[in-house]
Amino acid sequence: MQIRPILATLKHHKAGTLLIALQIALTLAIVCNALFIIHQRLAHLSQPTGLDESHLLVIQNQWANKPTKGDISSLLADDLATLRKVPGVANAYATDGYPLSSGGITYGIGHSPDKLNFVSNTAIYFADENALPTLGLKLVAGRNFRSDEIGEIGGRDKIAPQVLIITSELARRLFPGESAVGKMAYVSDKPSIIIGVVERMQTPYVDSAMAQWSDCSTLMPFHQLVTPTNYVVRAQPGQLDDVAKRVRAALYAANRLRVISPEDGVKTFAQVRAQAYKSDRGMAILMASISVILLAITAAGIVGLTSFWVGQRRKQIGVRRALGATRHDILSYFLTENLLIGVGGVLLGGVLALGLNLWLMKQFEMARLAPGYVLAGVVTLLLLGQCAVLAPALRASNVPPVEATRSV
Amino acid sequence: MLAYYLRLGLHSLRRNPILTALMVMAVGFGVASSMTTYAVFRAVSGNPLPDKSTQLFAPQIDVWGPDSRARGRDIPDALTYKDATALMHEHKAARQTAIYPVGFTLVPRDAAREPFAVSGYAAYADFFPMFEVPFLYGSGWNAAQDEARATVVVISSKLNQQLFGGANSVGQTVHLDDHDYQVIGVAADWNPRPRFYDVNNSSGFTDPPDFFLPFTRAIDTQTETAGNDNCFGSGGRKPGFDGWLQSECAWVSYWVELPDAAAVRAYRSYLLGYADEQRQAGRFHWPSYVTLRNLTEWMDYERVVPPETRISLVLSLGFLLVCLVNTVGLMLAKFMRRAGEIGVRRALGASRREIWLQYLAEAAIVGVSGGLAGVMLTGLGVLGVGLVFEPDIARLAHINLGLVGLTLLCSLVATLGAAFYPTWRASRVQPAWQLKSH
Repeated sequence: MQIRPILATLKHHKAGTLLIALQIALTLAIVCNALFIIHQRLAHLSQPTGLDESHLLVIQNQWANKPTKGDISSLLADDLATLRKVPGVANAYATDGYPLSSGGITYGIGHSPDKLNFVSNTAIYFADENALPTLGLKLVAGRNFRSDEIGEIGGRDKIAPQVLIITSELARRLFPGESAVGKMAYVSDKPSIIIGVVERMQTPYVDSAMAQWSDCSTLMPFHQLVTPTNYVVRAQPGQLDDVAKRVRAALYAANRLRVISPEDGVKTFAQVRAQAYKSDRGMAILMASISVILLAITAAGIVGLTSFWVGQRRKQIGVRRALGATRHDILSYFLTENLLIGVGGVLLGGVLALGLNLWLMKQFEMARLAPGYVLAGVVTLLLLGQCAVLAPALRASNVPPVEATRSV
Repeated sequence: MLAYYLRLGLHSLRRNPILTALMVMAVGFGVASSMTTYAVFRAVSGNPLPDKSTQLFAPQIDVWGPDSRARGRDIPDALTYKDATALMHEHKAARQTAIYPVGFTLVPRDAAREPFAVSGYAAYADFFPMFEVPFLYGSGWNAAQDEARATVVVISSKLNQQLFGGANSVGQTVHLDDHDYQVIGVAADWNPRPRFYDVNNSSGFTDPPDFFLPFTRAIDTQTETAGNDNCFGSGGRKPGFDGWLQSECAWVSYWVELPDAAAVRAYRSYLLGYADEQRQAGRFHWPSYVTLRNLTEWMDYERVVPPETRISLVLSLGFLLVCLVNTVGLMLAKFMRRAGEIGVRRALGASRREIWLQYLAEAAIVGVSGGLAGVMLTGLGVLGVGLVFEPDIARLAHINLGLVGLTLLCSLVATLGAAFYPTWRASRVQPAWQLKSH
């Protein structure tokens, strides 16, 4: 295939050529950044919490009339007993927060009582001996809390636990290359002994600012005697929906001086997850729809302009056919022409894509675009161009040689 | 003449329905995606109190020192209780208030009704005139009642509806947690968005508060904050509520009203003087550092507009640009295909200007049709923003006459802009060339 005559022809259609190339370039720039955002967001929202989510639901409970610390102690015990009696409930415990709950306590944990000199941030979850079996956390070393280790603390009491269970990621940061079980760590000015390590338990936050330590959590053996409090309930297999319908009524039947929001007081963990990652999923949907529409519009634009060119050059095509060019020659002429414009477009588009990414990085603290995305975008757009040009090119190849002899 | 051109345009557009539809849809999609994301952006980036935003300021004091900033944090975006009450006591601004969010349970007097949760703010008397809170009944409390730790409450019109059926409830009592409060005022619908005085605790777009009560009273009843409580490096504090109040935990929002530049300068130096005093008293071991940002600067500092909103706006505008480039190409093709026709008209005496006008009229039809398609798609888009943005933010985006007008205008201007080159090319067609070969 001769490229030189194609280039010579394109020179006569500067405006059209430039417009198609520009459109391909802009589309590439936007689509690869959009794909990159989609991938990042999907990676973010598929991060595992470490919990057996499909069997869990959470209840946010607030007692009316501001009970004292002593009152709450018995109210909490009664509620947990009530929950365990609900048909279909396998286990339950009370806590201040849970993964993806988006609010909770954060501490520094380290090797000295100096609070400014910590090794890592860590989310703090209050737990009892039922927390691990309820959440379905996998203990990889050491042991669970014993019931006699569970203490009680008020809202502003000093938190200085004797024993801790931490996640394996936190263990790795505190004691790289060694087993953490039996070692000491400081979360207060007194040392605590690490008695167990769980494989994984995500922090309550999905914010990118806290992504650095999203698997660094610490379980502390306390019932926190404050209101509101959260109950995490594990349902027996297949009973989650039934349990979700029953628990609120059961708790109110036992004691009605409480508030469990009828709208979102009881949530399955699937709902918790959907809520936590709503904006990530939304961004992915938006970027995907923008990309699809953009590719469709670009393809349609190529079809439109090429059809126009074919219409304009019917006579020349006829002449070439009369001079011996085969249908295949005509077809490959238009395909090559489109490929040349496409290559020009993607070259410019690649630069634009990186430029847009740099700008997004600066403005929105986004990561650097991996070259794979640009490459994928380039291949997509070149293929799209070839597909779009196929129909008009086929029409061109069907122009009969006799066209050369017709005037108008 | 214009009417004739419009008719010609319509006729020509009808000749290539697919090409026309393609142009209209491209313009429509481009405009609609930009307008939808703009509607969301507009909703979250609005100025919540336009007439006063340059007079309201939020101070910050560096109570944790440079150590705290080594790990990428900034100085706290709230004050400690100690500092907030000291500033309140010295009363150096025209108006000032310390604020913190609180939550209570409310047990209705009618025993058949379930208790429910209410949320609101603890504040000082200046809160109401400072933020121009409108009242349906009664008013806010006064400074003497702040001093007296009065058990008074201002309730929202919604709570008033729930509890008192919307009647004037001033003088009635409300049972919040374990205490009775006397209703002193009922606020009319008031919920500035973003809720600038609470963006350090929430997104700024949550449900409106149900009540306001005196800060001093909330502290007296040991009411915990429902917002953020940042206690960098203050692990050694004394236990209990009082230990917390005396700690370096930052959790109190603070706002001052400073009517002019002189007042701002004076307050800035007062703040710095206050920090210096604290340093000399041995509390801070680092150079004094304070900031004083006005309302709009505070919104930027707190990043109230979510990055998602900005990224989508930017990418939608890029999308519109591609759609317009596409339209330029298609129009060029369409107009140049009729070079022969243009040649005939030119030969028969039409001026370049007239040709140009004729094709511009055709482009305007595309622009208006694209705008109409855009309005419909924007409507769908605004309905669908709930899929994409946080629900608190999504429900703020709504379509109004202004947005419809803007969509149409945007589409017409964009299309005419895009048509500039193709119509110019059409008007440059050489009549002799076109007539010769045929």
